[in-house]
Amino acid sequence: MRWASWIYLAAAYVFIFLPVVVLLIFSFQDGRLPIPPFKGATFRWYGEIFADQRLMSALANSLLVALFSSAVSVVLGFLAAFGLARYWLPGTALLRGLLTAPLTVSYLIIGLGLLTLFNEIGVPRSLLTVGIGHVVINLPLCFAIIYASMGEHQRSAERAARDLGATTLQTLWLVTAPMLLPSILAAFFLSLTLSWDEFIIAFLLARFDVTLPVEIWNMLRSGLNPKTNAIGSLVFLFSVILVLMLETLLLRRRK
Amino acid sequence: MTAAISLQSITMRFGSFTALKEVSLEIAAGEYAVLLGPSGCGKSTLLSVLGGFLTPTSGRVFLGGEEVTETTAARRATTTVFQDYALFPHMTLLDNVAFGLRMRGVAKRSRLARADDMLALVGLPGEGEKRPHELSGGQRQRVALARALAVEPEALLLDEPLGALDLKLRRQMQDELKAIQARIGTTFIHVTHDQEEAMAIADSIIVMNQGAIEDRGAPARIYSDPATLFTAGFMGEVNLIEGQGRGREVETAVGSFPLPAEGPVVLAVRPEHLSQIGETSLCEARVADTAFFGTYVRAHLQVGPESLFAHLPAETPVTKGMTLGLAVDLDKVKIFPRSDGSM
Amino acid sequence: MNPAAAGRTSTGWGLVLPAGLWLAAFFAAPMALMLAVSLWSREKGQLVQSWDLDNYHRFFEKSYFLQGLINSLEITAAVTLISILLAYPLAWIIAERVPKRFQRLALILAILPFWTSYVVRSYSWLLVLGKAGVVNQFLLGLGLIAEPLDVAGTRGATIIGFVHFFVMLLTLTIYANLVQLPPNYRRAAADLGASRFQTFRHVILPLTLPGIMVGAFLTFVLCIGDYITPQILGGNNELVLPQVIMLQIGRRADFPMAAAIALILMAVVTLAYLATARWLRLERA
Repeated sequence: MRWASWIYLAAAYVFIFLPVVVLLIFSFQDGRLPIPPFKGATFRWYGEIFADQRLMSALANSLLVALFSSAVSVVLGFLAAFGLARYWLPGTALLRGLLTAPLTVSYLIIGLGLLTLFNEIGVPRSLLTVGIGHVVINLPLCFAIIYASMGEHQRSAERAARDLGATTLQTLWLVTAPMLLPSILAAFFLSLTLSWDEFIIAFLLARFDVTLPVEIWNMLRSGLNPKTNAIGSLVFLFSVILVLMLETLLLRRRK
Repeated sequence: MTAAISLQSITMRFGSFTALKEVSLEIAAGEYAVLLGPSGCGKSTLLSVLGGFLTPTSGRVFLGGEEVTETTAARRATTTVFQDYALFPHMTLLDNVAFGLRMRGVAKRSRLARADDMLALVGLPGEGEKRPHELSGGQRQRVALARALAVEPEALLLDEPLGALDLKLRRQMQDELKAIQARIGTTFIHVTHDQEEAMAIADSIIVMNQGAIEDRGAPARIYSDPATLFTAGFMGEVNLIEGQGRGREVETAVGSFPLPAEGPVVLAVRPEHLSQIGETSLCEARVADTAFFGTYVRAHLQVGPESLFAHLPAETPVTKGMTLGLAVDLDKVKIFPRSDGSM
Repeated sequence: MNPAAAGRTSTGWGLVLPAGLWLAAFFAAPMALMLAVSLWSREKGQLVQSWDLDNYHRFFEKSYFLQGLINSLEITAAVTLISILLAYPLAWIIAERVPKRFQRLALILAILPFWTSYVVRSYSWLLVLGKAGVVNQFLLGLGLIAEPLDVAGTRGATIIGFVHFFVMLLTLTIYANLVQLPPNYRRAAADLGASRFQTFRHVILPLTLPGIMVGAFLTFVLCIGDYITPQILGGNNELVLPQVIMLQIGRRADFPMAAAIALILMAVVTLAYLATARWLRLERA
């Protein structure tokens, strides 16, 4: 019966990789449509991407929004995790609930809520509003990840630091943060990948300057095009590299 | 139901590492045998081979006269009490204990009744409906024992079962394990690194070191007349004195021992056998430190470069800085050949 | 929680406040606002604060809206079930059959396409399932069908697109669950005479069930709230709730209706959460 397992595994991998392989292969299509038959390989579409101003600025926008929102999320999440873990505050459970509530709400609804809010108070849609939305979805994650890794280990070290005269700020910066670096970095990278790929909030809350997923969506409106394949493949490669970086970072820490 | 166990020339290799080196062992049916040794000596590996979780690289295993070397754990008539108990958290105690019987197709009513009996045997009568997480460590250990015994194995294997318990509980469980084994009569093979535990429980102790058996026998014999230097050092405190055998006596830094020996040797003397009165007088010792232990005084003695420990009667007037005359009875001194440089 | 630091509550507040304020302003307030807006209506291009349940009435009366909800529930249920049935064996094979030193690699391979952009991933299924796409050309070429199958733009395509994503997600979570089971449980079961199948049925499956339920809930929430995959792969005949919501915003700028539908969606998710939480609590007892 062993062979049945291997057949299933192979079939599963075929299913999982089918769309990605098709995407990759037909990004080199020497023809107008990214569908069989494969007419020959060319880098033409990749060239067109880099020449496409809109696409390139969308890419830059994505990076900008991702870095900004992730940084804010990690800092706020870290401070909140430290505050809740080390200090006795009335309504801790409530605070923890508020800080993790957005995790249970669909991105579409969060985006809709923000859109409604900004409409009501007259704030125009922009990359800033997208960034704000991304912090809303990433802050709870960062908080949860960092909060979960605050344990006795750090507490003893912090006590020792205070015993030797450090202020809260110094303790945070010189003791707690360095000790929690793996979790902080993990939270940061996770936020980066989520923000980078996020569509619906970016779609609802942006106007003229858009992020990459939104620009790709716009490209889809005009039908099938190998150019879309090309940018898709690039995005895939970039994400994989990011994840590999995260893996090696964590692995090196573990050793 | 019980059976004798025979291991013939068991070798276990993991890649380039040899965990067991041609170990041969016979255990009589109904015996309480203890595999004793430091971490990494191979005792748990040997237990795994006995239980059928590992197939030895070479050698044969016999259970009750039948060869079981290739038989898997599921089919072998041994059961194991694991170090972390491995109770199934999603089942009640009754279902846990009855599990093995269920696997054998025993009907529900009879297997639950038997599980009930087993729980009573290990001192947890009527607790069957509880879940493992509601129990303390000691209670979980009993349930693990009950579960392993419920299927009436020919031999019961215990892998450091008392390691997670505190001292008082450990002592209590040692007595109970001994009592249960005597009552049921099954061969028990118990792995531990605690030599006091081994001496308290075992009918026969098997001392292991680096994949081989160092010594084997009843606790009293192993303690007072160890077969190897390692055994002497492992079974409690011992003073090891380097010496040179000169035919009819052994010269050491603490004095001359009229014992026949040739060449470089090591003499082993237990602290409780060093006193001020004895057959053979030795050099005078300076008391470097003392500690009171209730029933005896542990004195740290210096004789020149040699450091010795003696257990003196509690009322002995010893203070730091004193000099003491040392003596020992010759039949309490064991001689071992010394391999160059190492002790 | 260290009560000894109680004297410094002000510092504690200072640390938590930034995050708390951000979420209060940009999460809690919007949610409250949406609740209010859902009770308003849009008349002649203007927002009127009518404070009534009109939108909710319309939702349950008009078959157009109700059908959206039904479609969402049917598709999500199918996706959840199929994804679990496909992912568990995959996770099990990686955890049990693949040699230990290749497991990490096997797992990473199984979830690698996770990192294509979600939009791009759905788009690439369009390439595969379209009339002139890979699958059709393959089947035509083999002579198995005479005419290209109309898969893209149907419920089937949406489900396939979703299942592709969630199989990867669930394989990851179920694998993590399987791997952290203490190995001694398996050994103990085997020791007591259980065959591989019996060990699976009596020990492994029950112990991984809570993890499966959590994964199923996650799948349910993510699937029912997704706009992208149905929009790309589903065609315009059958709409799911997110698509209905987006239509209210886009064409008609009917924010009150959109808000109402969004809240109904949240209610459905909350019900699912309560059901799962209750089931998990029962399991623990």
